[in-house]
Amino acid sequence: MLTPFKLVMGLIDAPLRALQKAAGLNGMAAFFLLPNMAIFGIFVLLPLVINFVYSLTGGTEIFLPQRQFVGMAQYQQIFSCTNYLDPNSCIEDTFWIAARNTALFVIIQVTLMIAVALITALVLNRDIRGRSFWRAVFFFPVLLSPVVTGLIWRWILQRQGLLNLILYDAFGASPATWLADRNWAFTATIGVSIWAHLGFYALILLAGLQAIPKDLYEAAEMDGTRPARVFWRITLPLLAPNLLVVVVLALIRAVQIFDEVFVLTAGGPGTSTLYLIQYIYEKGFASQLRNPGLAAAASILMGAVLVVLTLLQLWFSRSRDQKEAK
Amino acid sequence: MGRIAEFIFRRRGGKGWHWTDIVTWVWLIGGLIIMFGPAVWLAFSSFKTPQALAEFPPSLLPYVTQTVQVEGYDKPLQLYDATLPDGSTAELAQVRRIGVIAQLVDPKAPGEIVKVNIKDLKPVQSIGFATENYTEPFVHFDFLRYLWNSVFVTTMATLITLVVNSMAAFALSKYKFRGQSAVMLVILATLMVPLGVIMVPLFSIINALGLFNNLWGVILPTVATPTGVFLLRQYMLTIPDELIDAARMDKASEWLIYWRVVLPLAAPALAVLAIFSVVWRWNDFLWPLIVLSRSSLYTLQVGLNVYAGQLNVQWQFILAMTVVTMIPVVVVFVFLQRFITTGIAGAGLK
Repeated sequence: MLTPFKLVMGLIDAPLRALQKAAGLNGMAAFFLLPNMAIFGIFVLLPLVINFVYSLTGGTEIFLPQRQFVGMAQYQQIFSCTNYLDPNSCIEDTFWIAARNTALFVIIQVTLMIAVALITALVLNRDIRGRSFWRAVFFFPVLLSPVVTGLIWRWILQRQGLLNLILYDAFGASPATWLADRNWAFTATIGVSIWAHLGFYALILLAGLQAIPKDLYEAAEMDGTRPARVFWRITLPLLAPNLLVVVVLALIRAVQIFDEVFVLTAGGPGTSTLYLIQYIYEKGFASQLRNPGLAAAASILMGAVLVVLTLLQLWFSRSRDQKEAK
Repeated sequence: MGRIAEFIFRRRGGKGWHWTDIVTWVWLIGGLIIMFGPAVWLAFSSFKTPQALAEFPPSLLPYVTQTVQVEGYDKPLQLYDATLPDGSTAELAQVRRIGVIAQLVDPKAPGEIVKVNIKDLKPVQSIGFATENYTEPFVHFDFLRYLWNSVFVTTMATLITLVVNSMAAFALSKYKFRGQSAVMLVILATLMVPLGVIMVPLFSIINALGLFNNLWGVILPTVATPTGVFLLRQYMLTIPDELIDAARMDKASEWLIYWRVVLPLAAPALAVLAIFSVVWRWNDFLWPLIVLSRSSLYTLQVGLNVYAGQLNVQWQFILAMTVVTMIPVVVVFVFLQRFITTGIAGAGLK
């Protein structure tokens, strides 16, 4: 099976030898970088640059040269509100509803996520039988596709679903349609996204816990330190750098919540689970009143928030590395 | 029994139970149920008939109503345990139903028709698997097509990712050239450019390249993963330069060094990246949703979402296809989960 592969590689070798003679060693470095950089340039860097120009244009045309230059009009439309605390007073009210939903989602989801992930990591770090099995248990949903995650939970939360069955068996409660209720739907998106990503953060925290030197705990035990004190004085301070990285990572990814929610509730009922990415997606591609320029402007505003969060993360991980170097 | 309990509840060092031990096991067992339960429930449900899916309260296991072939009737008839007006019970087959009155016959003596209120009927059920949930979507819907599209996208994207990223990693780890740190910085910066921020202009570029409604439009933007370059570069840095120098002395070309010396030595890192890439690309949703609007090009994820978003959701098929979509990921989980968890713990990948 490998022979044709070898043949191809051998055939490529001859012209590349000539290239090497002409370009030298550094030229070969450029050659090896070229495919990756080309794809990068076309599909990541170029869109990044175009995005700014795009947000200054209007109309529904796709190609930039055909689009009409409108200056800051898209941003003006987003920011024209009579009262910034009330989304309904804005012309582009869905953007502000999506932004408010996202902010609320991020705050609640990240807080709960960190708490649950930390407890899970602490539990997994204990002297338990079959640790790798239990670690895998919590990690399982991380691998599932967001569409599958969304469908699994839609199936559980629907009228003939598992949740209603459990409530019926336990309390004789009559079945409810959870996802048709604004508050329950919002709660469901938080719960499901925690369920889906918990294992990932627990894993990073577990790695941090395992890096704490064991002799510190032994010393504490010899001194007869109470477990609660050990946790506050040893575990938490030494885990703090990892914890900060996890918090920022969770923030960055919570801002970009889309896939699971889109399948679970499609942003509904009404706009109660409409988050920013879905707003951008619908403005840019899906809705009747498409406005790619407005979508681009919204995506830049979201990008600015992400840049701040990313810089925070880089700063935290650098200070962690420096601490480790010392 | 006592010995087993003693073994299970025995603790290292012979110490007694502390409240934290109880919390630990409650958390672990609860986690086991909450993490696996939903997927297991979905898998059981996927074998139920549409009638069973519409029932409340639902049963845990899939049941089907038994049918029987009765002389004089073309179709097989459903069997019921009927309580007759005189108080006796009998196993009868239903011929038709008018309002709340069912007309039944005795399968052994199909001459006489018995009329019974449907309140007095209980279907004769046994555990049965509605496997047609799995076969129908492949025959009557485009799911085979979706499956093929997903396999194509995943395979191609992973192969190209491995080649392109390993080449770049080789250049960044084994050469010293001007602008090297600038290149690293650009890659580092793009690590944090999420699709949500660039999807609008990216769509116009895909259109300009004629890749709209084309599987390559899904594949190409994903293959130059910064994470992949990083992972491979870190690994290649540990390959001793002496090996490469020795190969150069033997007049090996740089290309030969790349694929005969460095690639085989980087196999463990390539394997980890391959696993990640397969899971990422198989699970991708938002970008395929934007690029693919023709239904014959849908990947499994997009197809599933479209069918699940219809007004009249045919859950029996959706559930079965969700299970099919889950299979590769479950296989990866069972056999390769170790590589992924060490990859995440080590490099913070995802």
